[in-house]
Amino acid sequence: METLNLFIRSIFIDNMVFAFFFGMCSYIAVSKSVKTALGLGAAVTFVMLMTVPLNYLINQYVLAPNALADGVDLSFLSFIVFIAVIAAFTQLVEMVVERFSPTLYNQLGIFLPLIAVNCAIMGGCLFMQQKVEAGAITSFGQSVVYGLGSGLGWWLAIVMMAAIRERTTYSKIPAALKGPGIAFIITGLMGMAFMIFSGIKL
Amino acid sequence: MNSKSVKFLTEPLSGSNPVIVQILGICSSLAVTVQLKPAIVMGLSVMVVTAFANLVMSLLRKGVPQRIRIIVQLVVIATLVILVDQILQAFVYDVSKQLSVYVGLIITNCIVMGRVEAFALGNRPWDSFLDGVGNGAGYALILVIIAFFRELLGSGALLGYRVIPESWYIANGGCYANCGIMLFPPMALIIVGCIIWFHRSKNPSLQEK
Repeated sequence: METLNLFIRSIFIDNMVFAFFFGMCSYIAVSKSVKTALGLGAAVTFVMLMTVPLNYLINQYVLAPNALADGVDLSFLSFIVFIAVIAAFTQLVEMVVERFSPTLYNQLGIFLPLIAVNCAIMGGCLFMQQKVEAGAITSFGQSVVYGLGSGLGWWLAIVMMAAIRERTTYSKIPAALKGPGIAFIITGLMGMAFMIFSGIKL
Repeated sequence: MNSKSVKFLTEPLSGSNPVIVQILGICSSLAVTVQLKPAIVMGLSVMVVTAFANLVMSLLRKGVPQRIRIIVQLVVIATLVILVDQILQAFVYDVSKQLSVYVGLIITNCIVMGRVEAFALGNRPWDSFLDGVGNGAGYALILVIIAFFRELLGSGALLGYRVIPESWYIANGGCYANCGIMLFPPMALIIVGCIIWFHRSKNPSLQEK
């Protein structure tokens, strides 16, 4: 039950985009068509699903206070370790995809390197660490669920945004507001709609 | 300082502002704009990291092979961010708690990476340092503007000091109430949208066709 709660929370209530503004740069830049948004969302969800649990293990067995040896606290290294894991994993995914599925590689080509610096993933890892400290994530399985849920939440947000932006090409928008301006305001309004979910109690 | 150096500092404040023109680095910034104080601290931190990352990468630019430059950049930036984080925890602990994970997210802030890639790898150290300071300042400026409106309208205070007199509030017989929604995330996005709107209507050359 708690795991299900965590899953629903990470998709809707603590949505990466609407509640924490994570991954905003690629969210605004790549949400011009639904097709590319689907591709990037899938890639982000996959990387998140893998790196959050990976960083959970590293955090539990190496970085946390007294984890490596008694009296050793390496938590100040977590930024550099997490980003190294994310960058290395992204590189690995890129190489594997290129080797085994050139078609998919060509479709995702430009997005894969972008993922390493997508703050949604780094943010997911840092929140995971915070949730472990607060006792909200207590097992490996829950970190998998959290990674998956956060990724799906981001995917949902970017696809919805792309669909709305495809429609707004037919609207009369003031010249100065075209492009990023209206995108921000739409995201704000979607965020307000998502605030409804904060009333859900599981 | 010659006119070229001054241009490195002033250009990113408006004409090529990293946040509202280049749409970079919004990721980790808006959540810290509920109050003015964390926004200023965050702006300064990003300024320091951008400036020194630019300086270090510019010094290293001839020795780093092209293929592994991203990972070198990440290591340099992450080291600087760890330093900033430790300094914040040591001297302004309460603000550091408020900023929570967002300090760590300076690593993935696209402004830092963007400036290193686009500028520091091809320019001399001093120019790169100034460019970093200028872009950090452009970012801090937008953060402060957003935080100003959110704190003033959302809690009637600035930097923690009360601006709207107590006697104006409904509870004290007045007719004023704080606009509570200003404290929620969506309003930060809408304020950015409005800033972009204002800025582009003053600078028609930036408008999209």
